[in-house]
Amino acid sequence: MSRSVFSRHGAARAADPGDRVFAAFVAAMSSVVILLVIGFVVLLAVDSMPSIKRFGLGFLSSSVWNPVETEINHLNFGALPYIFGTVVTSVLALLIATPLALGSAIFVSEYAPSWLGKPVSFIIELLVAIPSVAYGIWGLFVLVPFMRGTVEPFLQQMLGNIPILGALVAGPPFGQDLLTGGVVLSIMILPTILSLSREIIAQVPRLQKEGMLALGATRWEVLSQAILPYARGGIIGAAMLGLARAIGETMAVTMVIGNSSTKIGASLFTPGYTIASAIANQFTEADSEIYFSAIVELGLVLLLVASVFNIASRFLVAQLTKRTGASNA
Amino acid sequence: MRKDPEGGKFLRRRAVGAASLAITAILAFASVAILFVIVGHVVVNGIGSLNADFFTQIPKPYGESGGGIAQAIMGTVMMLLLAALIAIPFGVGTAIYIVEFGRGRFAELVRFAVELLAELPSIVVGVFVWALVVRNLTGYSGIAGSLALAIIMIPIIARGVEEILKLVPDSLREAALALGTPKWKVVVFIVIPTVLPGILTGIMLSVARAAGETAPLLLTALGNSFFNFDLRKPMAAMPLQIYTYAVSPYDDWHAKAWASTLVLIGLVGILSGAVKFFTRRWKHESQ
Amino acid sequence: MSPNEGQATGAEASDGRMMRSLSDVIQDRGLEQRVEQDLGKGIQIRGLSAFYGTHQALEGIDFDINPGVVTAIIGPSGCGKSTMIRCLNRMHEVIRGASVTGSVLVDGQDIYAPDANPTRVRRNIGMVFQKPNPFPTRSIYENVITGLRLNMRRKAKHEYDEVVEKSLRAVALWDEVKDKLHDSGTALSGGQQQRLCIARAIAIEPEILLLDEPASALDPTATMKIEDLLFELKTRYTIVLVTHNMQQAARASDITAFFLADERHIGHLVESGPTRQIFMTPSDKRTEDYISGRLG
Repeated sequence: MSRSVFSRHGAARAADPGDRVFAAFVAAMSSVVILLVIGFVVLLAVDSMPSIKRFGLGFLSSSVWNPVETEINHLNFGALPYIFGTVVTSVLALLIATPLALGSAIFVSEYAPSWLGKPVSFIIELLVAIPSVAYGIWGLFVLVPFMRGTVEPFLQQMLGNIPILGALVAGPPFGQDLLTGGVVLSIMILPTILSLSREIIAQVPRLQKEGMLALGATRWEVLSQAILPYARGGIIGAAMLGLARAIGETMAVTMVIGNSSTKIGASLFTPGYTIASAIANQFTEADSEIYFSAIVELGLVLLLVASVFNIASRFLVAQLTKRTGASNA
Repeated sequence: MRKDPEGGKFLRRRAVGAASLAITAILAFASVAILFVIVGHVVVNGIGSLNADFFTQIPKPYGESGGGIAQAIMGTVMMLLLAALIAIPFGVGTAIYIVEFGRGRFAELVRFAVELLAELPSIVVGVFVWALVVRNLTGYSGIAGSLALAIIMIPIIARGVEEILKLVPDSLREAALALGTPKWKVVVFIVIPTVLPGILTGIMLSVARAAGETAPLLLTALGNSFFNFDLRKPMAAMPLQIYTYAVSPYDDWHAKAWASTLVLIGLVGILSGAVKFFTRRWKHESQ
Repeated sequence: MSPNEGQATGAEASDGRMMRSLSDVIQDRGLEQRVEQDLGKGIQIRGLSAFYGTHQALEGIDFDINPGVVTAIIGPSGCGKSTMIRCLNRMHEVIRGASVTGSVLVDGQDIYAPDANPTRVRRNIGMVFQKPNPFPTRSIYENVITGLRLNMRRKAKHEYDEVVEKSLRAVALWDEVKDKLHDSGTALSGGQQQRLCIARAIAIEPEILLLDEPASALDPTATMKIEDLLFELKTRYTIVLVTHNMQQAARASDITAFFLADERHIGHLVESGPTRQIFMTPSDKRTEDYISGRLG
């Protein structure tokens, strides 16, 4: 765009020495950004090498996290409980947040008149501005007692006797547990999924909606049979973005998830860790090289997993944009 | 009319439509309600503890009541300033490169890098600075904290400035070039001043975001209960103070944690809300 | 018998066809009865005005659309012809802030009556759009029966099969796609896609078929095929065709209505009548100016 302006006027050839300097300057800034990203991966990889070399894949599959070598318990770092906690809370968050976010996006985009839709979506998206630690303190002092005293007993009552679901709600309601962690996360990723879904729904070409409408479809049918199928990939992308955020979230989760048990069981009422909360809780203890390396490796795992979902999300949304662009051409 | 072999289907379809409207409306309002519930709790629980001491004194020792979070406020301000000082040149410079000078592959790579940087979980940023700087160079310190915050701020500034620069019409650049102005002067003295408000809001947005970040500071600045102006030592920050107070066993500290949250949300919320509001207006005006 | 066979020059071919269809219409005194059985329904437009928010696009439109013929709506861009046709199946109001006053009577009933349901109205009036819009997540087969699945009670598979074949034959697409019915609707050429959209529209047997510049995105060969199609379809549906292409109107239509916007950018119906008459001996000077290329 502006490049062509500049080249049309011959400025691309950087006649002025000031141009050369300035161009080099901003190029250098940009290179630093690239180096930063590369540096991230490289540093984390290098610093986790000791741990990787020593524990290999056992890091991901072992449940024993024992920083101190004693005669009985060997030194081992197995992050499985943390991975388990991350998976459980993130998936739970996704399951709760996606219907809420998608439903709200549908309401705001297709059903609500614009005087209502705009403020509603604005307010929901304000949730993004709330700092993580604020969710944490609210979660700790408000949500946890509520879960422990009301929601979890209720769930236990309702589902306790059903074969498989019953196992999910077994045991004493802790309050500070995986379930609450999932609930807090869901609130945090709700606005992310919502705003991306809204954009995606808005991108569905008018011709598709009108084509369905002209066949005598109700508004809901236009939504469910023309808009959502068309936008399917993008919406999945939105959910993936939410998932990526949930995986990386630290403070709010760490304040409500208990950080005490490394038991991997079926019940959502057990306290646990996520990879992020494990890092936050343990980094000060990392006095040995191998311990340090293990923590860094946790960071590396987090980086890789979150990035995979981010990239997948970006890809799916881009596919939708491409298809929309082609049909609008 | 021809015979309609529909049976009662049309009524059922209408009912389904009405139900979906109701359900999505409920979901939307539930989402809105969540915000009000959370903010409501913060206000109700925090407002009681806001007093002059809160803003001017440092924390009292364990168990004693009174005192405040003055050192945390100072720490936040100092680290944000240093972080901004680092992040602004890199963020703005990268955006300028992408929009005004970028050529093909490399520019795409830079944009991709900015996107990746923006999506990094903040704890990973903390681990990175922890591993790079804290362990070997500076120890837990305000500098490390600022570095972490700067890394978080750079992509936000870069994206915001990139968008703003793209909104500037080419005709403006052409007019300046036609007068014989060299390209770099066009960018620095013509384009940038035009969008300075937009750039400032982009910076404000990044500051608002950084102000609320806890995880990266946990591993870098660590926190401090006393006034500390030496950036080479551990430094307090509001989010860190909130965390420390909240997970402690003392009611008084819990109350202070709520109050700090209220102040933090107030600042962050006002900044973000104002930025969003102004950005929408600009987007409309230039389109 | 396709009007486009023989490669005759535009005027001759259209002349011959127009004479034929005019005489059809003129000779056919038993029009009323045929309407009940085979042809679509007529439309009477009375005092129709259309608005986009506060901006008025059409004013006081009064005219009749007859079954058994193709009625073309022509005029320069901005004259409101697309708005006009979209008012006929209550698609105009789909745009936020858009509204309509006046009435449109189909089969004696005003589709804008307070108790009329727009969804029901649209089910009985088919529409084909400027650009083909097959549903990309559905197969060709699924596209055709979309309207049936929406509006009618569930049918047996063979019933759907029959409808698909019948509709695709009616648009001369059956032979081309019968072996790939389950391919995506978008895996066809532009012209084929548009014919698919017509098949989709007629599958639910509407009485009226509205075509809003259906060939504007197609190449000449595909356009010809669409025009031939209209010639066949008009025996079964009331057809309204919006076109910016005068030659197309001359070729494909029996009745032509000429629209024009005034200085306030409000569209009016200038005149309407048998196509031959409008093109050869228009009553209004503005029509004549447009036809001869001095306008628009």
